[in-house]
Amino acid sequence: MTREDIFGKVRTTLIDALSVDDDQVTPTARLRGDLGAESIDFLDIVFRLEKQFGVTIPREELFPESIFQGDSGYVANGKVTPGGLVELEKQMPYADLTDFKNDPRLDKVEDLFTVDLIVRYLEGKVAKK
Amino acid sequence: MRWTWIDRFVTFESGKSATAVKNLSLAEDHFADHFPGFPVMPAPLILEGLAQTGGILVGEARQYRENVVLAKMSNAKFHRDALAGEQLTYTTTLIDLNDTGARVSATAHSGTDLVAEVEILFAHANPSQLPPGLPDTKFVFSGELTHLLRLAAAVSKPAPPTA
Repeated sequence: MTREDIFGKVRTTLIDALSVDDDQVTPTARLRGDLGAESIDFLDIVFRLEKQFGVTIPREELFPESIFQGDSGYVANGKVTPGGLVELEKQMPYADLTDFKNDPRLDKVEDLFTVDLIVRYLEGKVAKK
Repeated sequence: MRWTWIDRFVTFESGKSATAVKNLSLAEDHFADHFPGFPVMPAPLILEGLAQTGGILVGEARQYRENVVLAKMSNAKFHRDALAGEQLTYTTTLIDLNDTGARVSATAHSGTDLVAEVEILFAHANPSQLPPGLPDTKFVFSGELTHLLRLAAAVSKPAPPTA
């Protein structure tokens, strides 16, 4: 499966799950900021991707939510600490953290969840099948 | 306030499908206002009945260990009104089930007429996701609903052997 194929299927999935138009689903579109996804939509998206691609996506793997919960030491003054960045890279090796590292505000973490992030994640997943 | 929007289960196949019926009686309060002289079953109450049928299907699949909460309904379509005096049959089929939740497809029929259809997403709410101070962390399959669970059990077929 080529990257184009994967993108096409991801686009279909997001159109169905989020009721957005196909031209809204660009590689750089952010799921929350641009496509209006709410937390429950992430659950829906994961179910649909599993069906579309015939893969299993364990809880917290594609959209880790609990990294920064509780007293993890990964956040200080509203920013992700260097230790937190290492953890983020470890848990989300398919995320592009280049821009985020320059301004690692916690409220910017959700902007990492883009259409392209899903495509890169699935590239790795499909290759392992 | 009673909030049971199905009357009984007619079939129940663990982890696969569940069918329940709902008799629409003119004695139900909502028909007085919806609408005076023209008693139409409010569409959200049909959806609630479908969610109760599907929610119990999802809960039973994990022996009611999880709190199953309604998360999202997609592609809801209503094909015609359902009027007092009709009996609706709610059929729900499990599409996906995992640790985080489940997806169910659901239809409501009156006789052979398709009245409504919808896809329902349920989430499993574990105790860590609940607000603090709840008296009981198992709050879904308790109280009024336990009666329905017994009705479901009464018509249930055993789960098929897993391959």
